[in-house]
Amino acid sequence: MPPAPEGGTAGLPAGTALAIFETMATIRCLENRITRGLKAGEFRMVFYPVRGQEVIPAAVSAHLGPDDYMVTTYRGMHDCVAKGVPLTELMAEMLGKVTGTSKGKGGPMHLSDPRSGLMVTTGVVGGGLPIAVGLALSAAMRGTDQVTVVNFGDGATSIGATHEAANLAALWQLPVVFVCQHNGYGEHTAFSDFTRTARLADRFAAYGMAAATVDGNSVPDMYWAAGEAVDRARSGGGPTFLECLTFRLEGHSFGATTGYVDPGRLAAARAAEPVGRYRAWLISDGGVDEAAVAAIETEVAEAVEAAVEAAVAADPPDLDELQTDVFSSIEAVPR
Amino acid sequence: MTLTDRTGDTAQVSGDPVHTLAEGVNQAIDVAMAEDERVFCLGEDIEDPIGGVMKGTNGLSTKYGRRRVRNTPISEQAIVGAAIGASLGGMRPVAEIMLMDFFAVCMDQVANHAAKLRYMSGGRTNVPITLRTSVGGGAGFGAQHSQSLEAWMMHVPGLKVAVPSTPRDAKGLLYACIVDDDPCIHMETMSLLFTRGPVPSGRFALPLGVAEVKREGGDVTVVAWGKEVPEALAAAETLAAEGTSVEVLDLRTLVPLDRRAILESVAKTRRAVVVHAATEFAGPGAEIAALVSHELFGELEAPVERIGAAYAPVPFAADLEEALFPERGRIAQRIRAMA
Repeated sequence: MPPAPEGGTAGLPAGTALAIFETMATIRCLENRITRGLKAGEFRMVFYPVRGQEVIPAAVSAHLGPDDYMVTTYRGMHDCVAKGVPLTELMAEMLGKVTGTSKGKGGPMHLSDPRSGLMVTTGVVGGGLPIAVGLALSAAMRGTDQVTVVNFGDGATSIGATHEAANLAALWQLPVVFVCQHNGYGEHTAFSDFTRTARLADRFAAYGMAAATVDGNSVPDMYWAAGEAVDRARSGGGPTFLECLTFRLEGHSFGATTGYVDPGRLAAARAAEPVGRYRAWLISDGGVDEAAVAAIETEVAEAVEAAVEAAVAADPPDLDELQTDVFSSIEAVPR
Repeated sequence: MTLTDRTGDTAQVSGDPVHTLAEGVNQAIDVAMAEDERVFCLGEDIEDPIGGVMKGTNGLSTKYGRRRVRNTPISEQAIVGAAIGASLGGMRPVAEIMLMDFFAVCMDQVANHAAKLRYMSGGRTNVPITLRTSVGGGAGFGAQHSQSLEAWMMHVPGLKVAVPSTPRDAKGLLYACIVDDDPCIHMETMSLLFTRGPVPSGRFALPLGVAEVKREGGDVTVVAWGKEVPEALAAAETLAAEGTSVEVLDLRTLVPLDRRAILESVAKTRRAVVVHAATEFAGPGAEIAALVSHELFGELEAPVERIGAAYAPVPFAADLEEALFPERGRIAQRIRAMA
């Protein structure tokens, strides 16, 4: 990792520090709003909280354009927001509305929006990595400089597809960044209960690719590490594995209990939660006015509220959507 | 009972050059690669000098280079996933899964991703991939290299399934799969790979979802595909000598299913037998029998018969393996019993 240039915001380019904050604030605000709506019975959906993991996609996506590809998992709302999926369509899809990114047919576990480069959200742990390798292969074969980022958790490092994908990406030196959001849990099981590996980056380095362990809750650390990985991919230097250390501040899914989480550790992690921490750091060390931060928060809250209200008000898909999009033509659908 | 003069053997009348089914496969890929830079192949041992263990890609890495005909590790999940991702990025991958049994190690990519991404994205993405695979059976390869698993594929909404029985159909169907906008499984029957027949030169496509009457007849319809088509034709020949006229319908694709061709034929003959190398229990024949029974209930002269593989893993011992799969003698016997 290159040394961070000196400066108030650890050398982050002008505007980037605040843009990353805006992304993180949007994610946090949307999660809060979703949680409130679920608790109040305003709407229903299956939801996998991302609280605590906001820094990772916000910092990674600062290096990506809409032509770059992203693949994520069901715990991926933050990834979708960071990649630029329009909030109104994102929220509508999560509520199964016709105005959603997939006309309501995908839902919160299967979000995609190719216009913003979000190509696949998989509900199968590890299922996205081989596909990301293929997206990267397409970019390499077409001769573009597109980069593919694939997000997954530490839980996904135990499944075979992940390792097949990593090996192939290294073999073919493909422009893909494997972003492991190591949040300490695979569903309801702690990391130390599913592997003896201390450092996941070691495993992936063994495939012959660059691999690093990063503080996934530190904006500067994530920003520079992701920048190096994305640059490597873009310049033909092959794949990178980033083990981004973070902590899942909620249960596996909305409403799930967290009895298996050490209370002391959880309390400490909540006290150091990254959005508030970054906000404070921007003001204390980053030379950013609190008013500027507050203005972003107001703007974000308005955008989130408008998106949620529009989604709630939107119609569900018509019943004649039931068998469209199974194939390119409805004629192929067996009757 | 009438016997038509059509035997289903078009070799003498077509004038097309004669090739093996494997060569038909090879030509389809060659034509598709020549006309579309987006088409490329990936799989295990598909580069020359091996050219695919069944020779489907023989010569193609030499002709098009290793960038477009790519050997992979033995990693079926990565092969299918890479094909899916590449197709999302605008390519037209043709992936080889060496044997159909090996779909068991990559069905997550096939069933949960390839099949569903178009639907889950509301049509914003699609997965135009072709998965070529050899289907064993009858070769003494035992239980893990011999099974016909088309029912698995048919049961997952979003997958098209093609099963050619002739070199001509292999070329036409595979080409159609490659240019199709949906994920297609192209099943290449091992026991037919080196049978020969006429193959049109150059670009040749068959529509997916159109069955072919391989032999016309008036007394009973045999619905078959892949490995069982030659068996059905042989049974028909035997029965013709006995005065029974058998129509043989080769479905060629199972999804889309040519419902109309099945019903037209059985409406004429009023008797139907479905024959397949897949396990009979819960096999594709059950679906077709249900279709025929429901649509032609009052017109049938006999219950619809099904002849599929016996309910057992494919055995190694030759006598047991022969007993497992439907063959011409048992097909003829069953038809005699229906008269």
